[in-house]
Amino acid sequence: MSFEKILFYILASITVITALRVITVKNPVHAALFLVLTFFSTAMIWILLEAEFLGIVLILVYVGAVMVLFLFVVMMIDVNMAPMREGFIRNLPVGVFVALVMIIELALVVGPSVFGLQSYPAPAPAPAGTNNTLALGQVLYTDFVYAFEIAAFILLVAIVAAIALSQRRRSDAKYQDAAAQAKVRREDRLRIVSMPAVKAVVESAEAVQSPEGGEKKA
Amino acid sequence: MIALSDYLILAAILFGISVAGIIINRKNILILLMAIELMLLAVNFNFVAFSHFLGDVNGQAFVFFVLTVAAAEAAIGLAILVVLFRNRRSINVDDITSMKG
Repeated sequence: MSFEKILFYILASITVITALRVITVKNPVHAALFLVLTFFSTAMIWILLEAEFLGIVLILVYVGAVMVLFLFVVMMIDVNMAPMREGFIRNLPVGVFVALVMIIELALVVGPSVFGLQSYPAPAPAPAGTNNTLALGQVLYTDFVYAFEIAAFILLVAIVAAIALSQRRRSDAKYQDAAAQAKVRREDRLRIVSMPAVKAVVESAEAVQSPEGGEKKA
Repeated sequence: MIALSDYLILAAILFGISVAGIIINRKNILILLMAIELMLLAVNFNFVAFSHFLGDVNGQAFVFFVLTVAAAEAAIGLAILVVLFRNRRSINVDDITSMKG
């Protein structure tokens, strides 16, 4: 048995066991942590499959961002999980039955008789210096450039949606109401007071301005 | 050597586990979201395995897009979850009946 195969079986068993723990464990924090371990061992198997970039991205994006977000939410909402375990035992036989039937069916379809080494021989290992990131980038920025831009837009929409959903308006904070600012009319704020003109004031104003006026006339 | 079917069966097992998780933890939205993430991972596994054995890097580009959509889905799902908890003080699926679904 080659080293590669031993590594694959160790990582695969870790993946399956931790995935089982994710769905059976009582504490959601532990479930999230087991999911991190599942992602991690899956990333290792992807690197074994010469998909190095995606393996690293899985760790950086999933373990680093998404699962941390999960842990954040799990720890932020302090909820009693006991009532939510009520149907666990009752649904267990159904869940196990459905899962087993699905796995057996899929294994019959994708099993060794169809996708074995005879029909799909293992490709030769990539030569040293092969750049998986370069190959992926060349495809991503040429053939899939529109899909890439749509993906960026989906992320933007996700940011806006997440902020808009979870933003809470505080009652004691002061806000500017742009609509009220725009629709304000002159009559609401400006009051014209008619005052009688006083002659003494006018004369003194003329006295101040007189030297300049006199020079102009001269 | 490791055959393609080994990878595919491993992905099938992951998918089956996550389906079972959705059925078993029917009441807890958090575990449901985690099971959905696990499902997407199983699908990505198939893409990566086929990409390796067929020598075609397009499969990995697809995995990239699936990861993007899954990250957006997780962010929006968790935001909805937080709003739900703030309004109801509960994340039990049985308590969410206002739409009579």
